[in-house]
Amino acid sequence: MGSRRSRHDSVSVTGAGLVKPGTVAWFARHELCLAWRDWIWLLSGGHRRRGVAVTLGLVGFVLLMHGVAAMMLPHSPDLAGVPPKRILVVIGGTLLLYGSLMLSQAMEAVTRAFYARGDLDLVLSSPASASRLFAVRIVAMAASIAAMSLLLAAPVIDVLVLRSGAHWLAAYGVIIAMAMVAVAASTITTILLFAAIGPRRTRLVAQIIAAIVGASFVIGVQLLAILSIGTVSRIEFLESEAVVSHTPASDSIAWLPAYAVAGNGLDLVIVIAVAAIMLGGAIRFCAPLFGTLALATAAISEAPSRASGRWRSRFRVMSPGQALRRKEWALLRRDPWLISQSLMQLLYLLPPFFMLWRSFYGDSHLATLLVPVLIMAAGQLAGGLAWLAVSGEDAPDLIGSAPITTAHIWWAKAQAVAGVIGIVFAPAVVILAIVQPILALVTALGVAIAAASASLIQFWFRAQVKRSLFRRRHVSSRIATFAEAFSSITWSGAGAVMLVDPWLAIIPGGFALAVLAGAWSVSPQRG
Amino acid sequence: MAETTSTYALEIHDLAKSFDRPAVDGLELCVRAGEFYVLLGPNGAGKTTTLRMTTGLLKPDRGSVSVFGVDILADPVGAKRLMAWLSDEPMVYERLTPLEYLYFIAGLWGIDRAAAETKSRDLLEVLGLAPHAGERCEQLSKGMRQKVALAGALVHEPRLIILDEPFTGLDAASARLAKAMLRDRVTAGCAVIMTTHILEVAERMADRVGVMSGGRLVAEGTLDELRRLAGAGSGTLEDTFLALVDTDGEPAVAA
Repeated sequence: MGSRRSRHDSVSVTGAGLVKPGTVAWFARHELCLAWRDWIWLLSGGHRRRGVAVTLGLVGFVLLMHGVAAMMLPHSPDLAGVPPKRILVVIGGTLLLYGSLMLSQAMEAVTRAFYARGDLDLVLSSPASASRLFAVRIVAMAASIAAMSLLLAAPVIDVLVLRSGAHWLAAYGVIIAMAMVAVAASTITTILLFAAIGPRRTRLVAQIIAAIVGASFVIGVQLLAILSIGTVSRIEFLESEAVVSHTPASDSIAWLPAYAVAGNGLDLVIVIAVAAIMLGGAIRFCAPLFGTLALATAAISEAPSRASGRWRSRFRVMSPGQALRRKEWALLRRDPWLISQSLMQLLYLLPPFFMLWRSFYGDSHLATLLVPVLIMAAGQLAGGLAWLAVSGEDAPDLIGSAPITTAHIWWAKAQAVAGVIGIVFAPAVVILAIVQPILALVTALGVAIAAASASLIQFWFRAQVKRSLFRRRHVSSRIATFAEAFSSITWSGAGAVMLVDPWLAIIPGGFALAVLAGAWSVSPQRG
Repeated sequence: MAETTSTYALEIHDLAKSFDRPAVDGLELCVRAGEFYVLLGPNGAGKTTTLRMTTGLLKPDRGSVSVFGVDILADPVGAKRLMAWLSDEPMVYERLTPLEYLYFIAGLWGIDRAAAETKSRDLLEVLGLAPHAGERCEQLSKGMRQKVALAGALVHEPRLIILDEPFTGLDAASARLAKAMLRDRVTAGCAVIMTTHILEVAERMADRVGVMSGGRLVAEGTLDELRRLAGAGSGTLEDTFLALVDTDGEPAVAA
């Protein structure tokens, strides 16, 4: 008993004793403590050995990325001194690319801060100042986005520093400034959305904006690169004469962040100062609104809703299989965010499609090039849908206690996925059938096999989680993510090769089967 | 269709399940048709694990579970057809309406369409959910969702109803209504097995009470029988319970 008491006493001394409760510093320490424990848990999953292995793996990955950066970055005397216009355009374009991704992350983070209830009920019901907590959370969001971005950019920056001079270290400062601007802009945008369209719609709109902002610049630049100079390389595109000649003059204020990256001290100070003012302004004006807005989001579920057609329902009593299929479709149809997230995956297939189109336009029919893209898209979409149906089941106990066999349940869920895939891809297959029936046949076969493979992988790696974690499904199992991607790519390759020589398609088809066999052999469901 | 000739609604023999330590350890328990059985026990006594094994949601390490004579391990579909399970935190699909949720469950249990539709509407009326039948569950309060889940457990007319802390989150009027509905089912010949920490509910509703501790049944009987066993005289069930299970959750009397 005595030892228990002394342990409690020591906690109170190291805890609340040093920092006055309810202050910004107190909230900051609390948030830091939670973030640190989350990070440790993410690395270790509660197992010390795994934590060491993951840390070593992470270090190895960072070293590997430094090697990749060293191989990819050109040796150019232009990088040593004041950058010429061509380099400024490349830096500016890269900053825009990075900025759009950071903005996307920031929008997600800010939305989560408002809508995820977590500890908000506790904090809002306490006499502590909610605005202080939100001020700390805004800074924490900027810090975490900066940290992630620095981790990604570090290999490139370090190689530049080693090769061309220490002035490139300034790039770290610019990235931190960009994280501050991204969080400030996201916070203000979210608050404005609240005012304009209300809390119910803000969540969806903000998440869609985040997804579009994140995807648009990457896809946009690649599309422009493919269409203008026939390459997927963003750097080549940005260095091209067509782009350089259409950008502002070298002495324009637009290049200030680019000069700051290249090590101009005054420009760096200006960039960081502007970013700090923006973040400070966002905290000053938005943090006091946090409590009110958080309460508004909490009231969403309690708001009275329109009860139209009380006893009317398109849902009918039917067989167990039909009931499961209808349920999956109804839940998907009624969640616009999930639909947007699922279809967003297809956006990323536009660049390869245009690349293929441009590369083979001269000697091949456009329709032929659609086949592998459609097969890959089907695999990706089916993977997401299968995750929702299998891992994202919100009432596993209810389904588990129903008088139907497990095989029956999985079969019905697979049919639900197949139904959506059919609806999405049937029009393309019909159009291909009109153009050239053999293309339609290969596409239909490829779409079915790719979708079935991706669904199987999700089934083997299933783990019960909340449906709302759809965006983070890739984090839950890296193996499943890679297996799903490789499976889609190899089936897509098999489809493309089959159009040229059906016998040769055995090779990529064999690879695809090997990917599936590999995934099965390491899947947790194997036992 | 499974044979349902047993006089016992639920027969559990030598049931065992271990996680890091034994959660259920050689449990023997029988519930008769037309009986309201309440399972009591301190936190971690193995009540929920027992019920999850009974409903086929958890595979036992050893032992057998039969529902009206149908072995849950040998014929899980046949056994599940006869029972309903309602957990302490039931999940309802947020984007379905209560009516759709009940239709979905009726579909899973393969209930005749016309009968299921009538039954669904009746249940929503009785539980006071008719005005919300067309609203999505995400817009309902926690108590209303609890009532939707209760309706879901009753819509397919189960003969054995298994409930884990069913009155959590219900207001007094709703709880009384739910109790009355369950009592009606028992009168009609169904069996109910329920866990609760609200001893007053157990005292008022149970035909028999089982007390679990350390994964085993340490006492069982009517309230009077338990009082005698615990030597609690004319005390309340709380007195009896505390006499049977000491404060560390260990059995205070031999079974």
